[in-house]
Amino acid sequence: MLIAIAIMALGAVVLGAALGFASVKFKVDGDPLVDKIEAILPQTQCGQCGYPGCKPYAEAIAKGEADINLCPPGGAEGVGKLADLLGREAKPLDGVEKPPQVALIDENTCIGCTLCIQACPVDAIVGAAKQMHTIVESLCTGCELCLPPCPVECITMEPIQETVDTWKWKYPVVELKRVA
Amino acid sequence: MGLMQLFKFKGGVKPATNKAQSVTLPIAKAPLPSVVAVPLHQSIGGTPRPLVQVGDKVLKGQMIGEADGWISAAVHAPTSGTVREVGMYAAAHPSGLLTDCVVIEPDGEDRWIERQSVDYKTLTPEQVRELLRDMGVVGLGGAVFPSHAKTQASRSVPMEELVINGAECEPYITCDDLLMRERAAEVVKGIAIFRDLLQPKKVLIGIEDNKPEAAAAMAQAVQAAGEDFQVVSVPTLYPAGGAKQLIRVLTGKEVPANKRSTDMGVQCFNVATAYTAWRALGHGEPVISRLVTLTGNVAEPRNYEVLIGTPMDELLAIAGPKADTDGIIMGGPMMGFLVPEAKAPVVKATNCLIAHSPALFPPKAPEMPCIRCGSCAQVCPHELQPFEMYWFARAKNFGKTQEYNIFDCIECGCCSFVCPSRIPLVQYFRFAKSEIWARERDKKAADGAKTRFEFKQLRDEREKQEKAEKLAKAAAAQAAKKAAEAAAAAAAEGGAPAEAAAAPAAQSPEEAAAAAKKAAIAAAMERAKAQRAQAQPQNTDDLAPAQQQEVADIEARRARLRDIAKTELAHPEAHPAEAAPAAPADDGQTPKN
Ligand code: SF4
Ligand code: SF4
Ligand code: SF4
Ligand code: SF4
Ligand code: SF4
Repeated sequence: MLIAIAIMALGAVVLGAALGFASVKFKVDGDPLVDKIEAILPQTQCGQCGYPGCKPYAEAIAKGEADINLCPPGGAEGVGKLADLLGREAKPLDGVEKPPQVALIDENTCIGCTLCIQACPVDAIVGAAKQMHTIVESLCTGCELCLPPCPVECITMEPIQETVDTWKWKYPVVELKRVA
Repeated sequence: MGLMQLFKFKGGVKPATNKAQSVTLPIAKAPLPSVVAVPLHQSIGGTPRPLVQVGDKVLKGQMIGEADGWISAAVHAPTSGTVREVGMYAAAHPSGLLTDCVVIEPDGEDRWIERQSVDYKTLTPEQVRELLRDMGVVGLGGAVFPSHAKTQASRSVPMEELVINGAECEPYITCDDLLMRERAAEVVKGIAIFRDLLQPKKVLIGIEDNKPEAAAAMAQAVQAAGEDFQVVSVPTLYPAGGAKQLIRVLTGKEVPANKRSTDMGVQCFNVATAYTAWRALGHGEPVISRLVTLTGNVAEPRNYEVLIGTPMDELLAIAGPKADTDGIIMGGPMMGFLVPEAKAPVVKATNCLIAHSPALFPPKAPEMPCIRCGSCAQVCPHELQPFEMYWFARAKNFGKTQEYNIFDCIECGCCSFVCPSRIPLVQYFRFAKSEIWARERDKKAADGAKTRFEFKQLRDEREKQEKAEKLAKAAAAQAAKKAAEAAAAAAAEGGAPAEAAAAPAAQSPEEAAAAAKKAAIAAAMERAKAQRAQAQPQNTDDLAPAQQQEVADIEARRARLRDIAKTELAHPEAHPAEAAPAAPADDGQTPKN
């Protein structure tokens, strides 16, 4: 187990360096419009827009090949921002907006087949072959791509609960009970 | 006392102080509550790790949550008893949500752990800081920032002033006043701890001039202790007790929002924080209780020494809330909030509970449009333009609110207090701030996801390439073996598969990948050649004449084949993938990135 972790850590370091290099290399010929569009997309990488990730969808929008209302995780707010950026009319979302969610593995049922790891686009799942797998909640984008490959169907999606730290003050439309 | 030159901060208001009600009686000890619920996260920074489990017996003062980092502070059992729950419990928070708590059922004995006083002067500053953290000493003025993390002077700026905050400017609240009146000697000992850690040139204790008894008690205690701290009366003007305002009044220094006060050679602690620091080091008592003012719509307003974790409704009952009480305000009327869940526990930040009634806090008439009178800007102690921030917060144009420095706003409520249109300005600012924070969280998460996604794509790409190279090597080796072993028939068939496999490899769309592949292929061919060259002499040793004839035939055919290959290489369009065996057939759909 320790060796496995060490190998994974080493791999992460080496590949991380490669990634750093690649990101520097790829930055050079980035299209500024694509970058701006991509910055609005939520990076869930779920493919619901019909493209294999947020960047391809951003490229398609930039080329005028795709409409701006195809990203359900971005929701109506995302469509509005894209419309603002591109000077187009906002339109209703083509798809269903869901509340933010994360995947949860039933660790007693998991058989450690690693299929979900391969499916997860953002490396949010940790585990080694034949060992129980776990989803790192803070890294999971809720894309649902790990659900279909799991042979024992032990992954479920759970809505993200509001906590004291993520709670937001509400817009003061209706006067709540006031203190002062 | 009083001879010092004082400075002024901009703005400020003078709301009715309503302090007289709760100072007539001395501090009393609140009775042991039926249950204590101690939230693990009670300070700015990390959330302490729970150290106990359901069923554990704990003693008063026993650490039940351990600091999980430097900016974090331990929490302790406020009384002896049995742990009933380690989990979610009502939070002392405007959201009314739950938070991680250790719920203890008191056994009634209130039995302490073994307490040890330490002579902190024999410890290194580092050890003292660690001790303060493990004793759970945090800012009790309301900000609950871990105190130990504020006791390090800047490396480049000498510490000039240590400001001790006894201003207590918020209406209704009198717990610091009573603390200074009754326990001044121990407050002074606590101030000495901070002084020894920070080594400032001066120590200035600021007390609003509506608390002469407290100021006198403090001055006397300072003298009795032989210290050279200065007790300074500051004009009563809300929010003089804001750290930045008090620093301004006493030193003339403006601490910009993006700077630490130590970068300006000044640091500020509340008097109650100093008191708990002394109890922690001098008596071995962690922060398990604090003074809380019970006031407002109650029969007997008074200050109580209250165990952290005491349910607020149970506590307020001691002061005898009147029949028309319809809520509890935690904190003062300017900056406090209505507690959504009455059983929420008292925490280290709870300095005051006000029984709310419609008579005491009449509901305001509805909000009217902003008339741009500018009153809000005149009273803002941070020289902000509340009406502009309000305008943009209302329109949810958060970028603009930030341009107007919304994060400098301390939510003191001066602007709402004076607004003739009764606009709940602070509510709009809180709304805007929490939206901006949420967006920043989302943005950070999205950036992380993007980086990991690109990383994964790169890794998949590499793996695919490595696989391709491996396959290429294997295929080349296979071909070489065949060529070496095969006799006449092999020669006839040798060219065919090569051409058959050539077609799919031609589809690879990625130039870089193709180049890499070509290099790999070339390398593989080189190796195969070398192998062949090596293999030949071995094969031709000790051969019978007939075999030698065969070999000669093979060589001749090979020479012919090589000639054919050469002509084909000269016209690559005709057979684009000359290195057929090296290109695996499944590599046609390298994802375009
Ligand atoms: S639907 Fe939205 S989040 Fe999902 S991949 Fe497409 S752009 Fe990204
Ligand atoms: S864990 Fe599942 S839902 Fe979460 S990001 Fe990975 S594939 Fe998507
Ligand atoms: S796909 Fe399912 S069974 Fe396989 S490792 Fe993932 S969670 Fe476990
Ligand atoms: S005090 Fe009220 S009405 Fe006057 S400018 Fe400010 S927000 Fe507008
Ligand atoms: S609440 Fe904010 S904007 Fe209003 S007066 Fe106080 S600091 Fe200024």
